[in-house]
Order: sequence, then structure tokens, then C-alpha cells
Amino acid sequence: MNPFTYSRAADANQAVTAVSGKHQSKFLGGGTNLIDLMKMGVETPNELIDINRLPLAQIEELPNKAVRIGAMARNSDVAKHELIKTRYPALSQALLSGASPQLRNMATVGGNLLQRTRCYYFYDPAFSACNKRNPGSGCGAIDGYNRVHAILGQSEQCIATHPSDMCVALAALDAIVRVRVPKGERQIALGDFHRLPGDTPERDTNLGPDELIIAVDLPAIPFAARSHYLKVRDRASYAFALVSIAAALDLDSNKKIKDARLALGGVAHKPWRANAAEKKLIGQDANEKTFRAAAEAELEAAKAYKYNSYKIELAKRSIVRALDIVAGMTS
Amino acid sequence: MTSESEEPVASDSSEPNKLAIVAHLETRRKFIKQVAGTSAALAIGPHLVGSASLDQVASTTTPAGTGDFVKVNLKINGKSHALDVDPRMTLLDALRERLQLTGSKKGCDHGQCGACTVLVNGRRINSCLSLALMHEGDEITTIEGLASGDDLHPVQAAFIEHDGFQCGYCTPGQICSAVALLHEGHANTDDEIREWMSGNICRCGAYPNILTAIKEAKTKGRA
Repeated sequence: MNPFTYSRAADANQAVTAVSGKHQSKFLGGGTNLIDLMKMGVETPNELIDINRLPLAQIEELPNKAVRIGAMARNSDVAKHELIKTRYPALSQALLSGASPQLRNMATVGGNLLQRTRCYYFYDPAFSACNKRNPGSGCGAIDGYNRVHAILGQSEQCIATHPSDMCVALAALDAIVRVRVPKGERQIALGDFHRLPGDTPERDTNLGPDELIIAVDLPAIPFAARSHYLKVRDRASYAFALVSIAAALDLDSNKKIKDARLALGGVAHKPWRANAAEKKLIGQDANEKTFRAAAEAELEAAKAYKYNSYKIELAKRSIVRALDIVAGMTS
Repeated sequence: MTSESEEPVASDSSEPNKLAIVAHLETRRKFIKQVAGTSAALAIGPHLVGSASLDQVASTTTPAGTGDFVKVNLKINGKSHALDVDPRMTLLDALRERLQLTGSKKGCDHGQCGACTVLVNGRRINSCLSLALMHEGDEITTIEGLASGDDLHPVQAAFIEHDGFQCGYCTPGQICSAVALLHEGHANTDDEIREWMSGNICRCGAYPNILTAIKEAKTKGRA
């Protein structure tokens, strides 16, 4: 691990000031991803600002019935919070499907948003080609072992996927990321927070280097109480998603779909909001035929590589199964 | 209070403590001459996080002092330890290499196996992915701190009773994790225990006996 200086921030403004103008400085949250990447030599900050003591761990209801989750709230605390379990069960399930109990006790909501890809070629500097780690060096995955890689929204420069479960649920739930910037605060819709790789795969998000995530707001979506997170992976626990689905349905008394929220994980460089599928769902009867048509529409643009073509059909079937589960929910 | 440091332990009052830290670094720097620059003392001062300046990030000038050690007080199994650590030192390495608390094991060193599991303020974490400096003032419990004298913790006793291990390397992590699991209330069914223990890998495959041990510890805990 490269040497770095360490200090602790007492409040958000102080933290932002501390990193301002210094591109080699990083905030240190739970550390579960950053310290690992520093051990690998992938991240090499020369200064860490420890933000673990910032008073940003609250989970609270706002006057407009939205729920605000502080950026320093630990994944385990968010998952078990009554407001999250009852109003946004897909988010609680997504969090509990990720990592291990130990890691969830450490990992923060802000850090989870900034998780970096688990693409093998990115994570191991022994591979020289990785445009995300070393812009212009090429992509080891495109012609390499690409079993876990993207099928939607990828570019010739990068076919990595976003690893977070939490973010898939947040994408479906129209979350808003609240950010402290040097001169105040700004809000970024979850859908605009993460980026597709394009020609700049080194940039995962649209967060500036001197900007600090302070909270995530979940708008009131009454029908999100009828939501579910489905994760498909190589083993039953403690593994990243091959494909995952966050789904919510608003059904009328005749089981016709009034509204829908659908997002996919494990398929793209960012949590993939399934807009095409949602359009196909709204106004239709909630049945398997409708769900399959929606899945086909969403995956129409999918492109696979040598080892990940299975993901296209897997994603379609996972969409159908997740929607079927949600449609069958009583709440 | 035990101290690993060769330096005098700083007092609780803020100003003397800051002085002690700077003085300490000056001493230290004699040993690490290649790192010290003429302006380093001034540049480093505000960065330091001693016990007194805990919650203060001071003005951050150019990063300096790389290679310098920083003071941290770790409270482990009820005892305070004043250490000077390289900022890169993980909590796991501080326990094992500096405090000779070698019960916590280094398995993968990447948060994937759970052998390094310890309890921080009652919650289980992977000590290999946490810096020692992040734990100033935290209550840390390791496998060495679970028993009361010669009386084993019920989870320890149950692991022995039910042969919840073969080689034993993952066992301290398994036991710390199981203690937290019982506290969290996630031991209601076999499947629930399996899911909530999935962060602890046992390559000998002692899982059936680990499950049995945890169930028994739960029963005895209630009795």
C-alpha cells in the first residue's frame, strides 16, 4: 500500500475543504472497498480524510413523506430500519443480499454508491490493459474472460459492470443523492449519478473530486411497499450478482398495472433503469405474457461477448420472475 | 493502562498533548531521516490526529509525513493500548503484530474469508479492511476477550463440545461472528444461521458442526 497521511473530519464542510483542489486525496468511509483497492495497488491516494465520525448516519422521514438516509448510515442499519423494511422492502433485501454481515456493518451508503467494479482486469494491476484503471491501455475483458461482464450500455473501451446491489434498488426507487460541494449543496438523481463508460471509463460517477455525498433521499412511492429484489449469483450467499432485479408494481383491483419501477444489476456499467420494460408494463394485465414482453423489450439492445451470452436470457427470465413475485405480493 | 509506545503517553489535556505528539514525531524522525524535510514539522503538525485533536481536521497543507507514525489509543478487551502506527496499519495487523493478540487470523486479507472477524462496539467487522487509526476510542473485543478467566464463553464451549472445527484457523473468526449473530437475533432457523454466518469461510468444511454449536450456544444462552 502506498504511504498516505490520515486525518479525521468533524463535519462535512471541513471534509470538503480538506480535499478541495487535491486530486490525490480521498474520503475514507467504511473502507471495505477503498482499503482493499489500496492493498491491490489500484487506488493510490496520498491522503485519507476519515469521515466516519461525521454526524450523517440518521435515517428519518421528511415532512413530504420522503425518507432521508444519511451517507454514513451503515448498510446493516439501513437494511433493518423499519421505514426501509416497510416502505421500500426491495432496498432492504438488496442490502441484505450484498456482501457479509461483517462488511455490511462497516460499509456506508455513501461508499456503496462509489463502489468500483469487480472486473478482474480492473482489480488486478498484473493485467496491464484496463482503460478504467489506466486510460488508453485497452480492455482486457473484451477479448478475455468476460463471464461477469456487461450486456447493456457498454463501449469498446470498457465492459465492466457496477457491483452494487443497493444502487439497483435505489435506481428503481428514483432516489436522489444529496451532495455537499465547496459552495453549498446539490442534488443528483440516481439515474444521473453513475455513468456509462463511453470514452471515459475511468469515471464511474458524475461526482466531483471535492464533493461529498451527505445523504440519499427516497421519494414517497406508496406502491414501493410492493417491491422485491431478486439476485442471481454463483452461490447462495456472499457473492456478487450475475444478474439482479429490483421491481415494484402498482396494481389496480383487476391486477392491471398502473405504474411500475424496474432496474437491473450485473448487466451494465451503472445500475440499469429499465425504462423500455416499464413502458411495456404500464396499462397491461399483470401476467407472465406481459412480463416476458417487457423483458424482451428491455434486452432488445443487449450485446454479449464470448463468455456472457447466458446473461441475456438470464436477465429476461429474472425480470419475469421478479415481476411475478411482486404481482403475487399481498401488500 | 498498558502502553506499547516507547514514548511517554500524552496527557488528556489538549495543548500538552499536541506538544507531545510533535515531540514524539521529532524523536521518531531521527529514525526515519530520509522522510523528514525541513518544513515537515510545520506541515505535519496540523495533520496529526492524536488523542486530543481527535475530531479536528486542521488546515490541510501539502501532504507530508508519509512514513511518519501516528498515535492511536486502542481499547481492546477492556484494556487501553497507546500505539504509534503507520497510517497504513490495519486493525488486524495492530492486534497481531503490535499487541501479540494473534487469535484474530489473517486469512485472505481482503475481507473475503472472515478469519479476522472482531467485535467493535459490539458489532462484528473484518479487521483486515479497517485501519487501526479508525478505531480511536472504540471498544474492541477479540477472541482473547470472550472468556471470563477460565470460564469459556458459551459459544467457545459449544464449538469444543461439537467439534466445530478441524484445523482451527478460521475458528476465532467463526466464534466472534457467532457471538455477534446471537446478539443480533439471527439464529432462529438453520437456514438463517447459514446465511448470517456466510461471511466466515471454513475450508475444512466444519459447517455442520459449527451450525450445531451455534444452536446449542443459543439454547444455553437462554437457559
